[in-house]
Amino acid sequence: MIDSATRPDSVQRVSATATVSTTAAEASSAARYNARYNRLGMSIARLTSFFVTAILVSIVGYLAVRGLPRFSPGFFIDSPINLGREGGIFPILVSTALLALVSLVIAVPLGIATAVYLTEYTREGHLTLVIRFGAECLAGIPSIIFGLFGFMLFVVSLGMGWSIMSGGLTLACMVLPTIFRTSEEAIKAVPDGLRRLGYSLGATKSQVITRIILPQAKNGILTGIILALGRVIGETACVIFTTGISMEMPKSLFDSARSMSVHFYLLAREGTSIEMAYTTAFALVLLILLVNSGANLLMQSAGRR
Amino acid sequence: MPVDEFSAKTVGALSAREERIRRLLLVMALSSVSILALIILFVFREGLPMIWKTGVSAFLLGTRWAPTKGAFGIFPMIIGTLEVTLGALLIGVPLSLLVAVHLSEFAKPLTRAVMKPMIELLAAIPSVVFGFIGVTVIVPFVREWFGGTGFSVLSASIILGVMILPTIISITFEALRAVPASYREGALALGATPWQTAIRVTLPAARSGIVTAVILGMGRAMGETMAVIMVAGNAVVIPTSPLHPCRTLTSNVALEMAYASGDHQKALFATGVVLFVMIFLLNLLAGLLVKRR
Repeated sequence: MIDSATRPDSVQRVSATATVSTTAAEASSAARYNARYNRLGMSIARLTSFFVTAILVSIVGYLAVRGLPRFSPGFFIDSPINLGREGGIFPILVSTALLALVSLVIAVPLGIATAVYLTEYTREGHLTLVIRFGAECLAGIPSIIFGLFGFMLFVVSLGMGWSIMSGGLTLACMVLPTIFRTSEEAIKAVPDGLRRLGYSLGATKSQVITRIILPQAKNGILTGIILALGRVIGETACVIFTTGISMEMPKSLFDSARSMSVHFYLLAREGTSIEMAYTTAFALVLLILLVNSGANLLMQSAGRR
Repeated sequence: MPVDEFSAKTVGALSAREERIRRLLLVMALSSVSILALIILFVFREGLPMIWKTGVSAFLLGTRWAPTKGAFGIFPMIIGTLEVTLGALLIGVPLSLLVAVHLSEFAKPLTRAVMKPMIELLAAIPSVVFGFIGVTVIVPFVREWFGGTGFSVLSASIILGVMILPTIISITFEALRAVPASYREGALALGATPWQTAIRVTLPAARSGIVTAVILGMGRAMGETMAVIMVAGNAVVIPTSPLHPCRTLTSNVALEMAYASGDHQKALFATGVVLFVMIFLLNLLAGLLVKRR
């Protein structure tokens, strides 16, 4: 972590400032100056932190104030009327849930399997380097490129059309690195003694993995899944090209549908109904904050153990 | 890892069933690499021929984008992307560093325990919502205080600057925490104030982590689509002032994908190729910088 060259250099610089003055009077004035400078710097850092935290609070607060007037049970259980100007978002909620389900059903096993293979079956080498590099690149690719890819592969080449299936598969590719990384961290954190214990009792490798390692790493893995869920719900760019924008209740996974964030985007951008946009935005943010707070709590309980 | 001495190699040969499980897991583990390969294959197969057809320099440096008339120059979009990304970094990096230093060096444990998760939640807010806040709050603000229409490079930079805060803060925070306490103790013992210690000793010592943080934030800003589309104005011009509208590579794809066909659609994939290469180079740079430390 630490650049060994950095240390002497920076320490020297500090000592230079600290011993700049020689006479007692100069030393005390320098100390006063330093103290004032110190207070100023620390206050600026503190104010900035409060400011940044306030951004989150004010975004949620702003959406709550503008969105709450229309926030009612009906909003969640009614179908949209008149392109979403009135009514609710029920079919859109169902589509969002299906989209999340499809993507997680595919991404979760793949992500966990990758993590298990890398931690339990191999030494660090060329293969792990390639797999890690792949996952890292995948994590850095912008969602719009996933959109282009999903459109070309699933919608056009495989003939699935704009559908929940195409969208779910595309999103699965997108969240795979998230699940892989958190699972790997969680599996690495399982104490080695437990593995040895398992083997010493004569358990096979797969038994050790399914009976000891995965149950131990459960909270960490769940955290990753929940974070991925939050990303799936909030994603817009790649969903719009792969799932389409139909507002109807989907009859099968091969129907076009509209996710919550896409619905919100269309309401806001096309100015269909600014009130409904605020309400949908508030519902969306609330949902995602709930999901992610759940992940945070899990992470903390995983850390404590 | 000590695990190895008790894994496959020493526990003895795997039974046939165990060996099948191992192979299955290997195949699944290769999924991310395969997906990456598929993405490159499908996006490049559509986009690259279009770049050759237009000519590499005509495509990258051409300033005219009139897809219906066969003019495909994405230079304004490349400049737009770079300007917006730079603006986001100018706004986001100083704020992030101050917050990370405060949380890691000065904050009371309780403050840290409250603020850190809240800042991390900021990362969870969907980009469309940021875009919407941009349209309803930031764009009118820029219009009133700085003039112009408000749909501008500046508005996009502000929104992106806020969006990359959690990424940069979290990674910088981790890097600062990893600096050994002895560095701080040494500086304090020499008479440096806590602020001097943080700025001149701890921050420089965490340098490589901070560089990684900034590069990751940069990648996020460059690849962001929905928020930028809503606030940047999207005109295909080379913006010469922060108050001018601009169009980024990502917005170019997202705006026109819905109705594009034929060469036009291929040109949008080609835009995606350029974006992919830019992000890939950035990640490579990050990888190299991390390895060096």
